[in-house]
Amino acid sequence: MTVSASAPLVERLGERFKQALQESSDFRGDLSIVVDPAAVVEVARYLKDEEGFDYLLYATAVDWPARDPRFTVVWEVRSLANKTRIRIKTTATMPDPHVPSLTSVWTAANWHERETWDLLGIKFDGHPDLRRLLMPDSWEGHPLRKDYVSFGEPVIFSDQKLEGLEPDAIRG
Amino acid sequence: MPSVAETSFAQEPFGPEHEPPTEWMELNMGPQHPSTHGVLRVRLKLDGEIVRDADADVGYLHTGFEKSFEDKTYTQGITFSDRMDYLAPPINNVGFVAAVEKLIGVEVPPRAQAIRVLMMELARIASHELWLGTAGLDLGVYSGFFYAWRDRELVLDLNESYSGVRMMTSFTRVGGVAWDLPEGWLDQLQRFIDVMPGRIDDFEAMLSDNPIWHQRLKGVGVLSRQAAIEAGVTGPMLRASGVDYDVRKAFPYAGYEQYEFDVPLGTNGDCYDRYKLRVQEMRESLKILQQVIDSLPGGPWLTSDRKVALPPRAELSKSMESVIHHFRLVSEGFKGPVGDVYAFVESPRGELGFYLVSDGTNKPYRMKVRPPSFCNLQPLRQLVQGVLVADVIAIMGSMDFILGDVDR
Repeated sequence: MTVSASAPLVERLGERFKQALQESSDFRGDLSIVVDPAAVVEVARYLKDEEGFDYLLYATAVDWPARDPRFTVVWEVRSLANKTRIRIKTTATMPDPHVPSLTSVWTAANWHERETWDLLGIKFDGHPDLRRLLMPDSWEGHPLRKDYVSFGEPVIFSDQKLEGLEPDAIRG
Repeated sequence: MPSVAETSFAQEPFGPEHEPPTEWMELNMGPQHPSTHGVLRVRLKLDGEIVRDADADVGYLHTGFEKSFEDKTYTQGITFSDRMDYLAPPINNVGFVAAVEKLIGVEVPPRAQAIRVLMMELARIASHELWLGTAGLDLGVYSGFFYAWRDRELVLDLNESYSGVRMMTSFTRVGGVAWDLPEGWLDQLQRFIDVMPGRIDDFEAMLSDNPIWHQRLKGVGVLSRQAAIEAGVTGPMLRASGVDYDVRKAFPYAGYEQYEFDVPLGTNGDCYDRYKLRVQEMRESLKILQQVIDSLPGGPWLTSDRKVALPPRAELSKSMESVIHHFRLVSEGFKGPVGDVYAFVESPRGELGFYLVSDGTNKPYRMKVRPPSFCNLQPLRQLVQGVLVADVIAIMGSMDFILGDVDR
């Protein structure tokens, strides 16, 4: 295996954050670190201020129903100057999955975290404006969770009443 | 009753600074507003004619593509990718398969790479043409719209003669492209390349030095270099603010490193720079297209790895093994290793990324799309604070967002 150019960064992170850096991997050239939720803001702040990761690409989450903790929350950031990328992962547990928001570090995380709340139901502590983004405000449930069935949502037509009607019956 | 003499005719202080504070009005712009190019709703808080605050309400075109990807095999997913950014489908196709190729580690033959570049650059030109037409239309340039759509039509014709479809090309396959270029297609493309520079000149003659165009765009919607990076905008919006970042240069894919082209940069970060930059990008795309034609490699256009790509039809009547591969690929597709990758391409609107999580099955476990329009729309609130309502149209036009891309 070739020595990755990103290895020193992981070493620096490990030295600085010790136990908070739970895991790191380099899969197909993509560097990922798994960070303790309590330390994620601190790590993010360090990555931005000291390592030059100035550009947030996206934030999202992955639902693993069989795992505990159930959710992996992901932010990916890039250093425009060094042309490097790092994926910051942390975990959130049911029944009230929440992680710290990184909007205080990268303001661009705002909508991405709102979307993650909307579609996966992860609360971001410290987010300035955590409302649903894509789904209507009155929507129940979080569609990208694995236990949310595709095509299962009831559709109410003007001449239909919803009571007693199974979603499948509506789908026909 | 006061007499005439008692009435004061003294001059009251006059001007906006002396007017009593007005009550802010909330104006609902969209979702069915022509300038929103789709269905975007913006709630504006107005102080007279000045915008004090804005809240973009997106999601009207949310169709759950990310959820749908989880139910489809990797090959089936290609057709979904078209429909997100419906103005540059080939680039979405390439971005999607780039993520899958990165995950499973398959080589793409050089001819397939070249065909992908051809289709992507054509899509970039078509998308910028459409942007020129519609953004101009918002500001009252009616004739520009017709010129732009005439020229975009040429690209759609090329799409049609290559893939049979004018917009949703779905032409990529994991490990290559679905078809070789048809006979005569390159001549058709050459005619397009020959005619386009003059047409872009016409456009520039109409707009670039037009005083009304300048008044509407210069100094409007300024995004500084620092603010652009912080807001996470991408593509022409980022480059108009002077940040030299183009995926094709910074992280070349599909063989872009072989072609010579410049990445135009803006200096002021205003709407005019964004216009100018897109026009220049069209010229650069034409340069790339010419270079691809001149250096088009021969050989296969799909990988010979039978684990991911269908065998040629003729082999099916001769080889039992091919029949088995064909059956396996059509019935259940191929599996990817466990892991997660992020692959990204430069769409006309910026960096289009696909974050693919695989659990080792034949379908993506999670497919997160990083849509450039979404990232570009996010700073709308900052950009429109303090401007006139009419400038909101110009600013939204200059952002070039596609709601299908924003909402997915």
